[in-house]
Amino acid sequence: MAMLEVKGVSRFFGGLAALTDISFGVEKGDILGLIGPNGAGKTTMFNVVNGFYPPSKGEVYFKQKKISGLKPHQICKMGIARTFQVVKPLQRMSVLDNVIASAFLRVKTRTRAEEIALDTIKFTGLLDDRDVISKGLPLGKRKKLEIARALATQPEMLLLDESFAGLNPAELDESIGIIRRIKERGITIMIIEHHMKVIMAISDRIVVLSYGQKLAEGTPKEIGNNPLVVEAYLGEAESA
Amino acid sequence: MRKALPLIIAGLLAVLPLLGLSSYWMHILILVIMWSVIGMAWNLLGGYCGQVSFGHAAFFGVGAYTAGILYNKAHLSAWWGMPLSIVFVTIVALIIGYICLRLRGPFFALGTLAIGVILRVTAENLTGITEGDLGIMLQERTWIDKTWYFYIVLALAVVTFIAVKMIIESKLGYYFVAIREDQDAAESLGINTTLYKTVALSLSAVFTGLAGAFYMNYMGYIDPKIVFALHDISIVTIMVVMVGGVATYWGPFVGAIIMVFLAEIIRTIPKLGAAHHTFFGILLIVIIIFLPNGITGDVQKLKKFLRIGKAA
Repeated sequence: MAMLEVKGVSRFFGGLAALTDISFGVEKGDILGLIGPNGAGKTTMFNVVNGFYPPSKGEVYFKQKKISGLKPHQICKMGIARTFQVVKPLQRMSVLDNVIASAFLRVKTRTRAEEIALDTIKFTGLLDDRDVISKGLPLGKRKKLEIARALATQPEMLLLDESFAGLNPAELDESIGIIRRIKERGITIMIIEHHMKVIMAISDRIVVLSYGQKLAEGTPKEIGNNPLVVEAYLGEAESA
Repeated sequence: MRKALPLIIAGLLAVLPLLGLSSYWMHILILVIMWSVIGMAWNLLGGYCGQVSFGHAAFFGVGAYTAGILYNKAHLSAWWGMPLSIVFVTIVALIIGYICLRLRGPFFALGTLAIGVILRVTAENLTGITEGDLGIMLQERTWIDKTWYFYIVLALAVVTFIAVKMIIESKLGYYFVAIREDQDAAESLGINTTLYKTVALSLSAVFTGLAGAFYMNYMGYIDPKIVFALHDISIVTIMVVMVGGVATYWGPFVGAIIMVFLAEIIRTIPKLGAAHHTFFGILLIVIIIFLPNGITGDVQKLKKFLRIGKAA
């Protein structure tokens, strides 16, 4: 069953077509990698799914229900959480409070919210930093905090926007471990990533965007052998 | 000790009238507590939720006029203004929220600033209801002695303090702070930012309005220039919180003490006294530069500074 279905989505900013007639689906429990050169429209795609931008054309369905046109907070309540490429921690709050704030989405009392938050923080390996004011966190931990905060809303689907960018190799391995464990929990994932090795290793399927259009879709293996994709990334064969 | 602090302070304040203070000192105390209430109310919206309002006189004025008009037109006791102001102020807050809360940051501040002025001009011109610039005067005040006014405003302050503390430690408080820190992040975490900003504004407005209704009863006279004043109400409200400490429980109380005393002291200086707004302006600049979190918020910094001063 398709968890998320994007049907013919276009998004224009004035005369600029950031996305043109994109369609794809994400199966329940899968990890879908969204790749493409800079400016391909990957983050715009997230913003459309998450509700920040309504699509100019087309529709998005989540569990067979239309979500395009809803506000981000409504979409989050339905079960889609996201992280941001440019991390947006609640700066003057501690790590724990950051996560508690998002845990309140599904629970009413502070005690319950704190329990969920502590679980999530443990899961993402931030337990030792729980009382740190998030402004002072190094980038690697801020990226983890983004994931923790999204997870605390208890989503069925998680949108990860470049959660690995700027991480050192050790942090990278750790984050890949976290993503795999999120998948084991049965959460469907859509991920934007530039690290080819990572995306090839963890994705079940990959969608390639280029200049706002869908260039290819398939398993990591198919994508790796697709001449169109190689061209988009490395330039034409003759000129190379 | 920390937990008992609010009880101790409320207790100390409660026995103050028994010391047989002069009418003047009682007046100062009442003003300090009234300003603490307004400061705490503003803090909910401006300090915790990050929506800086330059128009809190609007709510103060509506509260005061609710009491005044009930007395003047409906011939009820002006004290009915306190419960009924909740209704009217909430309605006004919802309308203002609908208009202003779609604006972000400085634009929200400017929007509220304009609304405050608009309400003053409206009150000046709706002479049939508000008596315009003539103002509304109570023929006789409930008590000559100030003791009961003191206890009423103290009760209001205690209720406001408890309410703010409960709100801030609950889901609402977390949502307010999340909105202050990053509205987009808050929205994507499932927080209905429009709804919760409206809640913050309404709660803030209600407590400000209660202070306004109390003011009518206590002072016995209001006119639009007093209760809808931009500098004497809206700006002083912000100063109380900025000086005392933004987003702290005790900041508004500390700020109210300083602002009320400062106003009294400066006004007694011959000639220069008339320029007390200038002094307030300078003070605000100094506070923003050196103690951006206010006196309560920057206690550690202040202690360090004083210690260095002593050592040198």
